[in-house]
Amino acid sequence: MKRSWNAVGFGVVVLALAVAARAAPKHQPPSAAAKRGEYLVTIGSCNDCHTPFKAGPNGPEPDMSRLLSGHPEALVMPPAPSPASPWIATASGTFTAWAGPWGVSFSPNLTPDAETGLGKWTEQNFIEAMRTGRHQGRGRQILPPMPWQSLAKATDSDLKAIFAYLRTIPAIRNRVPDPIPPGEASAHGEGGAAAAGTANDAGQREGAPRPTP
Amino acid sequence: MDRRRWRPRVQELSVLAALVAAAGAFADAAMRERGVPRRLADTGLYSDFASRTIDPRNLPYSPQYPLWSDGAAKSRWIRLPPGTAIDARDPDAWAFPVGTRIWKEFAWSRRVETRYLERTRRGWIYATYVWAEDGSDAILAPEGGVVSAQDLGAGRRHRIPSVADCLACHRGGRSEVLGFSALQLSPDRDPLAPNAEPLRQGDVTLDALVRRGMVRGLPRYVLERPPRIAAATPLARAAIGYLHANCSLCHDSVGPMRSLGVSLRHSLRAKDPRDEPAAGMIECPTRSQPPGAAPGSIRWVAPGAPASSAVVTRMQSRSAAAQMPPLGTQLVDAQAVALLRRWIEEDLGSPAR
Repeated sequence: MKRSWNAVGFGVVVLALAVAARAAPKHQPPSAAAKRGEYLVTIGSCNDCHTPFKAGPNGPEPDMSRLLSGHPEALVMPPAPSPASPWIATASGTFTAWAGPWGVSFSPNLTPDAETGLGKWTEQNFIEAMRTGRHQGRGRQILPPMPWQSLAKATDSDLKAIFAYLRTIPAIRNRVPDPIPPGEASAHGEGGAAAAGTANDAGQREGAPRPTP
Repeated sequence: MDRRRWRPRVQELSVLAALVAAAGAFADAAMRERGVPRRLADTGLYSDFASRTIDPRNLPYSPQYPLWSDGAAKSRWIRLPPGTAIDARDPDAWAFPVGTRIWKEFAWSRRVETRYLERTRRGWIYATYVWAEDGSDAILAPEGGVVSAQDLGAGRRHRIPSVADCLACHRGGRSEVLGFSALQLSPDRDPLAPNAEPLRQGDVTLDALVRRGMVRGLPRYVLERPPRIAAATPLARAAIGYLHANCSLCHDSVGPMRSLGVSLRHSLRAKDPRDEPAAGMIECPTRSQPPGAAPGSIRWVAPGAPASSAVVTRMQSRSAAAQMPPLGTQLVDAQAVALLRRWIEEDLGSPAR
């Protein structure tokens, strides 16, 4: 009788440990693919555009507390200057906003945040985006200066590795603005493409809310 | 059997004939599998290319909700190998037999482009043929696509798609064949469908295909009642039908773009407007709110407010970053925009809704 109660007690302890182990946060080492992806992202210089730069002790440096989270949403950009030819492009000091003949593009948030980053993207979305230069592989075109044409030549396994690494970095909530088409006013002045109205096929503005007289 | 005096009997002759035919068919299929024909004339569309006579084995058809293609006049044909049929047991994803060929011609004042799909044993061939300006021939376009000579107005020219562009739409959903489906070929055609093409003599519809045995396995509920968008009003029916045809290639609940969160794909099972997945877009806030807009103010569809409805504002745009759809069209579809605005303003904006 005493022996069986000991057995029951032992079983309860084992069960409790198992439940605790499941409930405890998993600290798994990064997979081999993610480690390869981290190497590729480092040597591929993705941080140069996708991590905002800040002033460091030795000059501008990427702010790693905002790793790969794209253009900071709190940084409202004024209208971009139009440089004199042959200069054609300007960039923000964070190196996350880029103005040129394509309009203004903002470095996207590559962290796994579900609402503002790549959290809802699948691996297929990412690979197809890099191969086609279209958002998620079939949406709007990815704008300069993103050198997707180079990544389009990467192997499937390298693209998967990059995506695997992007899944391991901290999810940062940062809503990067939509790109601004060429000729539009600043993103936070007249409004971007959708809010300010859009041009129909005759080039007329339509759809913009007008103040009542 | 005396070998010196062997004369083939009828049975042996027919076996021999079958073997020869099979060898020919195999060679034909193998030749096609080795490469895409360089000339449209070699794809089998015409029985006589010089007179542009369409081979009668190629059946013309016309989807009730056409894809907007910048006002092109379109003609479409399908050919199935003899004795084969489309497996329609999954009504949302018809399976086409190996050897299926589909053509789609785009014309403005002249023929400009004819697209070609062929199912081989190794998968679908995607090709498109560009017509010479004098109409004399149509030659395979480069894989990367090309801007054509066809002027669309407003400073835009028709773009012949790249193979990647083809795949963007054709591999976005459940079936690689678009526009040839139970809803699109239903004899119950929507009179308000934007850019609707009236049925022409000889166009096949769903019931004719079923009668001919070319579409098999359709579920009973599709056979009993011709498919139709379940909607509260004729305007809603046409709007949702348009969105199904033009948008659900990406905006569905199971394909690679499912994370966008709203399905615009018609459900064949829907008997009630609330069962149509597209009902989910009403009041749904867009994930990205344009700068300057009050948070949450922009919805996919905002009842009574087309200007705050991203579906409308993006359909009205032809700027590269904002336009919907993101490829395949250079001009705004004015008819469809007008329909959607009316639906949103009059139908959804009405207090009696």
